[in-house]
Amino acid sequence: MNVTLWGTRGSLPSAGPDTIRYGGNTSCVEVRGQDGTLVVLDAGTGIRRLNSTIEPDLKRVYVLLTHLHMDHIQGFGFFQPLFRQKAEVHVYGPPSTTHDLRSRLTKYFSPPLFPVRLRDLPAQLMLHDVPLGKFDVDGFQVECDLVTHPGPTVGYRIAEGGSALVYIPDHEPALGAKQFPMSPQWTSGHDLAEGADLLIHDSQYTLPEYGERAGWGHSAIQHAIAFARLAGVKRLVTFHHDPGHSDDFIDTLTKEARSDPRLPFELTPGQEGMTFHLR
Amino acid sequence: MRQRDIEIILMRQLASYLVVPIFVVDTKGTVLFYNEPAEALIGRQFDEAGEMPMADWTTVLNPRDERDMPLPLESQPLVIALRRHVPAYRRVRITGLDGVARSLEVVAFPLQGQGNRMLGAAALFWESDKK
Repeated sequence: MNVTLWGTRGSLPSAGPDTIRYGGNTSCVEVRGQDGTLVVLDAGTGIRRLNSTIEPDLKRVYVLLTHLHMDHIQGFGFFQPLFRQKAEVHVYGPPSTTHDLRSRLTKYFSPPLFPVRLRDLPAQLMLHDVPLGKFDVDGFQVECDLVTHPGPTVGYRIAEGGSALVYIPDHEPALGAKQFPMSPQWTSGHDLAEGADLLIHDSQYTLPEYGERAGWGHSAIQHAIAFARLAGVKRLVTFHHDPGHSDDFIDTLTKEARSDPRLPFELTPGQEGMTFHLR
Repeated sequence: MRQRDIEIILMRQLASYLVVPIFVVDTKGTVLFYNEPAEALIGRQFDEAGEMPMADWTTVLNPRDERDMPLPLESQPLVIALRRHVPAYRRVRITGLDGVARSLEVVAFPLQGQGNRMLGAAALFWESDKK
C-alpha cells in the first residue's frame, strides 16, 4: 500500500511562513491499495489537496474518521467525490453513547456551520457506525479500537498482504498513568499498534507543554516514542503537530529525539506530501 | 495477554487517584485492580495479591450479611452489577486478607462501554464505622 500525508497539523489549520515545510493543513491521510482501493483517514483540511489525485471515474471511496473534532472533519465538505452522483462514499466513524454517526455528522453538515446539508449531497453516501474489531474494505483488512481521547475516538490498523499501517492521530495514552508506559495490557492503543510497519501517532506537545495540557487528549513526542517502543513498531511518524510549532521547532524536537542511540525504530516527522510505500 | 478495553484502563487510572476504595472486575468477576485505599480494607497490596478470580475473592474475603451470615453470591452487590447489569447497594461484612473483620457499605455498578459492551463492574466501599 502507499500512504500519503495530506494534512499533518493538529487542532487548527496553520498556514504561514513558519509552517511551510511540515504543512499547515489538518489531519488527512490517503491510503492506496495494490488494487487501487482508496481509503481516506480523517477529513481535515488536507483533504482539499487529496482531491487533485482522485481519478474522475472513481466508483467507491472509504473515509475512516477517528473522531468528530473539527480539525478532523473540517475538510469533508470539500471532498470532491461527495459531489459526484455516481460515486459511492462510505464513511465510518464512531457513534456516541446516544447518537449514531449520521446524527453526529449532521450537526456539522447543516446551517449555520455549513451551507450544504448531508442529505443534499449528490453522491451515494453511506454512513457506518464503525464496528470495534475487524472488518474489510475491499482489499484492506481494517481493525478499529477505542483510544484515550476526549469523546468517542478510535484508532485504525490497516493491513494489506503482510504490511500494517496504524493511524492514531489523537491519543493520550499517558493520561493518568503514574509511570508511562505501563504494561502493554494497561496501555491504550497497544494491541492496535503492536508490530506495525508504520505508526502515525499524535506527537503534539513537548513534555512541559503536556504538563500544562494533560487531559486535552494528546501526547508529548516522548510519549509517542515510548508508546512506539512498547508496541515494537518499525517506523514512527510524528503527527498532529501543534499549531504553535514552527518548522524549525519541529526540526529541533526531531533532532533531540533522534539523538537517542537506542531508538529501535526509524523516526520521521510527518510532512505534508510525504509518501510511504509498505510492502 | 490482551490489552484491556479503554474504559477499563480509564477506570483503573481514575481509581488510582481517588481516596474512595474501589474494586474493578472483568465480566467474569476476576479482580483486575483495586486502589490503595481499598488495599487497607482488603488487607493486602494489589501488587502482592494480583488478579483474583471471583471464586477466590468471594471465598477468601468471606462476605457476610449484617448478622454475620454467609452472603450468597446473588446477593453481593458486585455480582448483581455483573449479572443483572444494574447498580446495587448493601452493607456487607468481610474478613480481610490480614484476618481483620470489617463492616462495609458497598455500591457496585456495571461498566458498560461504547456500543453497550459489557466490560465488567466496579465497586466503591466505605467502612461503616468510619463514616
